[in-house]
Amino acid sequence: MSEDDLQQATLELALRLGDDALVLGQRLSEWVSNAPYLEEDIACANVALDFIGRARMYYGYAAELAADGRCEDDFAYLRSEREFHNYLILELPRGDFAFTQVRQLLVDLYNSGFLAQLCRSRDATLAAIAAKAMKETRYHLRRSREWVVRLGDGTEESKRRTQQALEELWGYTHELFEPDTLEQQLAQAGIGVDTRMLKAHWQQELEALAREAGLHLPQNDWAVRGGRTGYHTENLGHLLMELQSIHRAYPGCQW
Amino acid sequence: MADSQLELFEVFIRSKRGLDHKHVGSLHAQDHAQALEYARDCYTRRSEGVSIWVVKSSDICASQEEDSECFFDPSDDKPYRLAGYYRLPDPVDNM
Amino acid sequence: MQGDANDRELEHSFLRRIGEEQKIEPKDWMPEAYRQSLLRQISQHAHSEVIGMQPEGNYLTRAPSLRRKAVLLAKVQDEAGHGLYLYSAAETLGTPRSEMIAALQSGAAKYASIFNYPAQTWGDVGAIGWLVDGAAIVNQVSLQRTSYGPYARGMVRICKEESFHQRQGYEIMLMLAQGSAAQRRMAQDSLNRFYWPALMMFGPTDSASAHSARAMQWKIKRETNDELRQKFIDQTVPQIEFLGLQHPDPEICWNAERNHYDHGEIDWDEFYAVINGNGHCNRQRLAHHIRAHRAGAWVRDAVAAHQQKLAQRTAAAT
Ligand SMILES: [Fe+2]
Ligand SMILES: [Fe+2]
Repeated sequence: MSEDDLQQATLELALRLGDDALVLGQRLSEWVSNAPYLEEDIACANVALDFIGRARMYYGYAAELAADGRCEDDFAYLRSEREFHNYLILELPRGDFAFTQVRQLLVDLYNSGFLAQLCRSRDATLAAIAAKAMKETRYHLRRSREWVVRLGDGTEESKRRTQQALEELWGYTHELFEPDTLEQQLAQAGIGVDTRMLKAHWQQELEALAREAGLHLPQNDWAVRGGRTGYHTENLGHLLMELQSIHRAYPGCQW
Repeated sequence: MADSQLELFEVFIRSKRGLDHKHVGSLHAQDHAQALEYARDCYTRRSEGVSIWVVKSSDICASQEEDSECFFDPSDDKPYRLAGYYRLPDPVDNM
Repeated sequence: MQGDANDRELEHSFLRRIGEEQKIEPKDWMPEAYRQSLLRQISQHAHSEVIGMQPEGNYLTRAPSLRRKAVLLAKVQDEAGHGLYLYSAAETLGTPRSEMIAALQSGAAKYASIFNYPAQTWGDVGAIGWLVDGAAIVNQVSLQRTSYGPYARGMVRICKEESFHQRQGYEIMLMLAQGSAAQRRMAQDSLNRFYWPALMMFGPTDSASAHSARAMQWKIKRETNDELRQKFIDQTVPQIEFLGLQHPDPEICWNAERNHYDHGEIDWDEFYAVINGNGHCNRQRLAHHIRAHRAGAWVRDAVAAHQQKLAQRTAAAT
């Protein structure tokens, strides 16, 4: 890859990671004033804030690489469903509290592997963002782990809901570990992460945790993919409609 | 069914190294581990702390107001325990 | 008989403490009416913080820039924190939070009526931060000197956090006022709708206030409704001027003799109408709170059950 191509690919990666963070942050922010008790409203807001902050860092870097006058908000507010390249698992509606915590667990566990690698990127900006995000993720993971154990090992109802969430989310996890050509090239260039390498450890950790929580990992192998190519579930359109509504209603305004 | 109420914890925070932990409030949590995390989320959103203690509120044993006379009044008549009680000669103005 | 004499003595030393500006602390003897009055005020204050998350929370998913989204999220989160500090202060009086929440949901306990007004536009998010938090701050600064220790300490903590709330609101207004014609109209409209309700936040005029006199005597309240309202009116005039917006009160006029602004009459009929359930959002706010609380019941049960299991396992192992 030429330096130019590499830069273009890095820009695309930064946007993907920004989309991941923004979409999940958006979903998490929906819990504020809806959590099971006040302490959780506050805790969920903290995690949401981390992801919004992360989105801003990735988009900010994308803007720097694009160097065409676009800023973070142009990426967040003026691209449509097909142009967003986040993983599908992140755009699913927040569901109940078990669904949210199981999704967090699957994603936090993935992120902790991913960020640990990205910290070593030879792209200094990505490495710096990853180092900061890694600290946040360590805390997120601690929370989601504990919640999944608590809910799995709580009442009959909480166990049922948690197991069900796991079943509903499982098919969306496969694409996390299926890098496309661009991501593989970036990994080879020492900039990105080859996510195929993350799966074994992810699965292992998850199995141990499921045992502790009295849950079982789904054995069936249905899989839905497409996030990285902009082939989304119907949920993303609604999410973006809401997220972008005010910004788009007043084109060209400052806020 | 009665609403499940989590346990009440008191939160103490050391705002920076070298200072004491100070009581800042309380919160509800399942256990000590979760109370620590919530204390982090609820009471240190603006970098107010470098260390946190949590204590079950029910584990605190407090002195009672009816005891305050016999607890605290007796030390009121011992001013000689305070430096200000002693007048230093002018030439020795600092000790 | 002896009990009565003892009570009188306790009451006497309680009043002496209040007179000497000493704080009353949780374990101190206090008249039952003082405890009840505190519990009513602190829990109402806590409920207001929590219900107050809703109007702005309604914009978390729509904030028009990422920076605004982060700021608003932090702000609404702070309000949850304030609710927590205040429930925590109220719990020192011996009433568990679950009881206070039940009282809120049954309608027995109130929350600030201002949150029954709808946040209709993004401008309202600005107006709420600027005017609603602004009015709350005037009140809360005064309450930092309230006679009950845990409440006063909670207020100190809250006041530290509040000033960012008002500033971010004013900054939103400033951007709108300096923006496009449509943004300017949005700012003026939000100011018009929130100005008067913000004045009503200080409560009825002193002559009509049911709880005021007693609360002043016990130093639960430190300044009267009208004094606080006047402070707010005075400080807001130059802020509106700087925005270049029109003042919603046509009668606003500097009175050099009083050293205060004279102002138009507040529509108290509207005030009582909203308090009595006729605001746009009274039902919606409570329904939202009840829905979220019910939806969380199985989670709270799971936490309790998990804790019990852990305890049993520990017991079995020893
Ligand atoms: Fe507040
Ligand atoms: Fe506030």
